[in-house]
Amino acid sequence: MSENGHGNGNGATATLTKADFQSGQETRWCPGCGDYAILASVQALMPELGVPPEKTVFISGIGCAGRFVYYMDTYGMHGIHGRAPALATGIATTREDLSVWVVSGDGDSLSIGGNHLIHSLRRNVPIKLLLFNNQIYGLTKGQYSPTSETGKITKSTPFGSEDHPFNPLALALGADASFVARTIDVEKKHLTATLRAAAEHPGSAFVEIYQNCNVFNDGAFDAVRGKGGAHNQIHLEHGQAIRFGAENERGVVRSDNGGLVVVEVADVGEDALVVHDAHIEDPSHATALARLADSPTGPTPIGVFRDVKRAVYGAERQADLRASHSGASLDDVDELLRSGDTWVV
Amino acid sequence: MTTTSKKPETVIVRFAGDSGDGMQLVGDRFTAATAHVGNDLSTLPDFPAEIRAPAGTPGGVSAFQIHFASRDILTPGDHPNTLVAMNPAALKTHLDALEAGGTLIVNEDAFTAANLRKAGYGEVNPLEDGTVEDYQVLQVPMTTLTTRATADIEGLKPAEAQRTKNLFALGLISWMYGRPLEATISWLEAKFAKKPAIMAGNIAAVKAGYNFADTIEITATPTEVAPAPLRSGEYRNVNGANALALGLVAASVRSGLQLFFASYPITPASELLHQLARHDRFGVRTVQAEDEIAAANMALGASFGGQLGVTATSGPGMDLKAETIALAVALELPLVIVDVQRAGPSTGLPTKTEQSDLLMAIHGRHGESPLPVIAASTPANCFDTAVEAVRIAVRFRTPVILLADTFLINSSEPWRLPRAAELPEIDPEFATGPNAGDEFLPYLRNEHGARPWAIPGTPGLQHRLGGLEKEHGSGKISYDATNHALMTKLRADKLVKLSEELPPLEVDADEGAELLVIGWGSTSGVIGAAARRVRNRGLKVATAHLRQLEPMPANTGEVVRSYRKVLVPELNTGQLLSLIRDKYLVDAIGYNKVEGLPILAEELERAVLEQIS
Repeated sequence: MSENGHGNGNGATATLTKADFQSGQETRWCPGCGDYAILASVQALMPELGVPPEKTVFISGIGCAGRFVYYMDTYGMHGIHGRAPALATGIATTREDLSVWVVSGDGDSLSIGGNHLIHSLRRNVPIKLLLFNNQIYGLTKGQYSPTSETGKITKSTPFGSEDHPFNPLALALGADASFVARTIDVEKKHLTATLRAAAEHPGSAFVEIYQNCNVFNDGAFDAVRGKGGAHNQIHLEHGQAIRFGAENERGVVRSDNGGLVVVEVADVGEDALVVHDAHIEDPSHATALARLADSPTGPTPIGVFRDVKRAVYGAERQADLRASHSGASLDDVDELLRSGDTWVV
Repeated sequence: MTTTSKKPETVIVRFAGDSGDGMQLVGDRFTAATAHVGNDLSTLPDFPAEIRAPAGTPGGVSAFQIHFASRDILTPGDHPNTLVAMNPAALKTHLDALEAGGTLIVNEDAFTAANLRKAGYGEVNPLEDGTVEDYQVLQVPMTTLTTRATADIEGLKPAEAQRTKNLFALGLISWMYGRPLEATISWLEAKFAKKPAIMAGNIAAVKAGYNFADTIEITATPTEVAPAPLRSGEYRNVNGANALALGLVAASVRSGLQLFFASYPITPASELLHQLARHDRFGVRTVQAEDEIAAANMALGASFGGQLGVTATSGPGMDLKAETIALAVALELPLVIVDVQRAGPSTGLPTKTEQSDLLMAIHGRHGESPLPVIAASTPANCFDTAVEAVRIAVRFRTPVILLADTFLINSSEPWRLPRAAELPEIDPEFATGPNAGDEFLPYLRNEHGARPWAIPGTPGLQHRLGGLEKEHGSGKISYDATNHALMTKLRADKLVKLSEELPPLEVDADEGAELLVIGWGSTSGVIGAAARRVRNRGLKVATAHLRQLEPMPANTGEVVRSYRKVLVPELNTGQLLSLIRDKYLVDAIGYNKVEGLPILAEELERAVLEQIS
């Protein structure tokens, strides 16, 4: 059993392939769904992580994303709406030898399951949380979600939604998440690199994945997704000045109000640009980056916002507890029952 | 004057005071001393919902009743022989319960004009207006005497000194019933080892109470209750919470499954979390979850990982866990859900007892989601019931609801200690390889309908569980109509199998009895006590008690149909009654009480007599 749940030293893992992680169950998402791209990338990444399928667990809630677990040839559980982080907490805190992943959507994680999301992040449970954000309820056929923009017209909001949307990354950072990242379904290379970083993080890793729902919310991420959106992707690289654009002509500097703001590099000079540091204890920097784009309609940061070390929930105690349990005998139980005041008749 | 000491068979004492007066502590200590003497005993703590209700008001009165005897007893007793009332509010709340001519001991210092008004007596002092003239009243200035007894203790503040008056009362009662003080004193020495002034104050107070009673010969002689002829063995006193926690720990060691317990604070079930959190020596992991739903899911997730997943709550929390419990029914994983019932609906009477979650436990989920329901009958029986719940959950790969209640959790009795090696075997039988040629089929069942439990980490057995309907055998998602009908039946069949394996329902019957009194859960004591009273009158009666409520033992129908009349006493408005009428088409009659307190033996005796006379 490895310390952090990755790499089991089993020679067999060297020969793992993508096929070892494909369950063979017929995939049933709508043609053109962004979930296909994510699934393919995850299945391709898994062999690289060196964790065999039997030591990998995928847990999901309800929603289109929830079907993900059936397509992975790992141990998996498709639970109930919103509760995947709680199910995963039960597994991850008692089985630190496993690599535990949660697949969820914006309705699942941010609406019905909001409480479990923030508490698993606060505790720093060793789970990887993938939030497939498509800004819509897909499986129930198109109601607005907690990440839909205000004014969204859907079946349940024919006159436009009144709700103010969540910024998922700001929420995760507010819950003191130790690893927070964002990526995009079709950006295979970026997605893979981001998930690899999440896998390597020892505690909770929260990854928002912009995922296009081509049936109920097509084009929600067009401003940042695919070729047409590349100029708006602000790629965050630890230790690098934050700049982007077709010619790298734009950048990010501190604003007068304490946040961050997008500028033309030519106007401020390279030295004025903010250098990204994912390892700052204080979440203010990551939060300002998350707030740089409350909705993905213009320049939007992607990559790892925050990656800090914090005590991992359950990890250390579990090894001690397991040893105590293994060492406990029926005689010890007899002794326990007889502790305190006893008498003989 | 002859001074032969009185030797009654049984005695009931009730301590009542303000919730800040330390009545529960006094009760606990008196119970410990009584257990030491070798009496059989049964206790009933009764406290208010408010942590600190306004001092001196009836709403803030906390009480503790103990019934002890030189023979076996079954209930905490109906009417105290002796009532200790620490203030007017306690007198007002509890005087009605005192037996006619019983002994009333009051702290007369507390009967001030202000306290009388707060208690609702207005300007009239009940000690002076004839209210208490039918009782043997002992007015003791406890506050004054305690203050005097502790005056010389260095470092003890006046408020702290006054707070020890509960120990004065304990000392006084200890003398009256011939209980030695040694155990109490050594307990105080350990408890206040780091607070020497408080320790000295408490010890001085308990001795002062004892000596005061001795000096003024508060009664002619101490009342002696001889040891009870209990079955030989090693004993300890135990309350339901403690027994339940120990049962779960024992089942964990017996099965080799590490115990994972998740719950959310709720009265009165929190006590289980407190108890289990201390057992890290046995590898018990407890999690205080963010809510009731999370607690159930964490436990279920732990079960998936190969642990013994347990969650606990009280009534309202069960509603929140219902969806997860139904998921566990679909996943067919072991899970134990403890429901410490309390009076509802909603927050209801959160510190008072009731048996009103039975139908919810059996039926309270969406869809066809059958699961075993089991109920503890006495505080000590919580141990065996916990072990049995775990055994069934593991054997049949199913969630099991274990019903306890506020009374059982708080009440205590002597417990004849079992040997762990004699507990029933619990074998997780984890799947280790394929079960159908080269294939692993997660929903292929064994002879008693249980599917394999393959835990993550086992090579080659990777599979996906989920709430969607599964195909019989393969466990793949299936929307097939006939498969759903089959799976619905197979899930229900597990209960049929369990029912066939259960020991038959036993009946304690007088030859020729025409009335059967049948109950479940915490009414077992009072049913036995009422039957004893009825038999002492030379009348005939039969009694039976169900531990397993769903499914019921296979012979239950036969039993209830063999009597001309069936009486079902319950702390609800007729839930087991409905089940019996529904399942067995028997015209049973209910005896029902929903006043937040157990049924009294005299109440049930009356109800039985009405049926057989």
